[in-house]
Amino acid sequence: MATQQTRSLARFMMAPSVVLLFVWMIVPLVITLWFSFQQYNPLNPIRDGFVGFSNYALFYSNPAFLQSILNTLTLVVSVLLITVIGGILLALLIDQPMWGQGIVRILVISPFFVMPPVAALVWKNMIMHPQYGVFADIARFFGAQPIDWFGQHPMTAIIIIVAWQWLPFATLILLTALQSLDGEQKEAAEMDGAGFISRFIYLTLPHMSRAITVVILIQTIFLLSVYAEILVTTNGGPGYASTNLPFLVYQKALLEFKIGQASAGGVIAVILANIVAFFAMRAVGKNLDK
Amino acid sequence: MARAVTTQHKTIATVAAWIVALLIFFPILYTIITSFKSEQEAIQGFALIPSGTFESYTEVQAQSGYFKFFFNSVLLSVGSTILALLVAIPAAWSMAFSPTKRTKDILMWMLSTKMMPAVAVLFPIYLIFRDTGLLDSRIGLMVMLMLINLPIVVWMLYTYFREIPGEILEAARMDGASLWNEIIYVLTPMAVPGIASTMLLNIILAWNEAFWTIRLTTTDAAPLTAFISSFSSPQGLFWAKLSAASTLAIAPILIMGWFSQKQLVRGLTFGAVK
Repeated sequence: MATQQTRSLARFMMAPSVVLLFVWMIVPLVITLWFSFQQYNPLNPIRDGFVGFSNYALFYSNPAFLQSILNTLTLVVSVLLITVIGGILLALLIDQPMWGQGIVRILVISPFFVMPPVAALVWKNMIMHPQYGVFADIARFFGAQPIDWFGQHPMTAIIIIVAWQWLPFATLILLTALQSLDGEQKEAAEMDGAGFISRFIYLTLPHMSRAITVVILIQTIFLLSVYAEILVTTNGGPGYASTNLPFLVYQKALLEFKIGQASAGGVIAVILANIVAFFAMRAVGKNLDK
Repeated sequence: MARAVTTQHKTIATVAAWIVALLIFFPILYTIITSFKSEQEAIQGFALIPSGTFESYTEVQAQSGYFKFFFNSVLLSVGSTILALLVAIPAAWSMAFSPTKRTKDILMWMLSTKMMPAVAVLFPIYLIFRDTGLLDSRIGLMVMLMLINLPIVVWMLYTYFREIPGEILEAARMDGASLWNEIIYVLTPMAVPGIASTMLLNIILAWNEAFWTIRLTTTDAAPLTAFISSFSSPQGLFWAKLSAASTLAIAPILIMGWFSQKQLVRGLTFGAVK
């Protein structure tokens, strides 16, 4: 039915989305790329000009840079491990026949809807505060010394908070996948004498593999750019102990006004995201064909 | 399920699941509880029964004008969602009903824009906003949130529209329906549920967006994310007030979220898991 007329109509209908996204992607990126080769400081306009790769060199020689890359990867990998493994276990548990399953689901999914600054502040003040937090109360109850989470273990604390936010997402998606598993297949496997473990390895896990892939990919996109959680808890500190790449770029750009270096950092963030995106697109693309 | 479930099995599963669920929900529950305490009570140590005072709620409004931020959040999330739908519906529509060889590539490309890290374009966007006077304006932020979520909106609508059988359209056309009639009487009724789900998910995402909403606003256009972040500066211990503000900030979206679990799975996995 694709006549010339409907085809041009289709193009016309698609144009606004495509043009908007294209401009939104290309224009700022080109500006960033341009700034990354410039010496530019809005507070000191005299020493402007093209400086080649020296911004990249400066950013690279900054001890905070390697630390921030390391922190970014630590955060992504730790949260992925916790949420995927925890999510599988939780999904298996919630999938069991029980009383009040609907309410359990609602309670478990809730943290996902809490906006990041609220999640971070609640954990910082009411749960992990070394003096008044619930963890401190528990430690004192057992006669132990309360832990100064954000002073001594800032990355661990942030990982816990971010994992708390994303565990519900992983659980919900894995549970959805689990519930679409054919009940008859399960029964057949049971009748053939397959135990819980072998049923899980040979039947459930392969069935969930696509959902697991999707969970990993989507979470990686969001975890690479964790920002608000760091801003309201540790502010990247102590020192650079909990600074990730997005946070470092923000500091360089809007606090120190070292635009050239910040832009170089931004370009590196794009490259990092692209490496991840390459794998992400392939997997999601495959799912499209099914 | 033909398989008989023993009561014992069910009891164990119920107890275990409820314990885990309550532990996960605990920080939210404790925030709600603390919001009904007085400031002194809030730092007196662990207690699950509040005195039941509403003073934190009234003070949050009196001291910081809470409802201005709340109103901004509503305006930004609903406004950006409507903008996104206006742009995305025609696009998703044409991709679902007259797909070409390039449709899939365009969809993948749209998704890839979502993967661009926000920090990479922080300064250019900041400059553009500053020079056009859009900094701290509701319109500017609305457009920003629309752009961020546009790929997800197009994708989600596309997966819904694709499920509408094309034969129905052809039948309507055979019966002599004009394009306009076709849209109003045939397509719209079938598309409404998908559009509503997309809208719901997008409002949730826009409401909780916490990078651009914090960085591009100061006072006038600041939504709840920026308001809550301002509590991070150490100005003393106002935990009951923080809890009241937090409770108010998350309550509407929490309730919406409970109703949209299924759509959430579909939207955030780009239709890969239903």
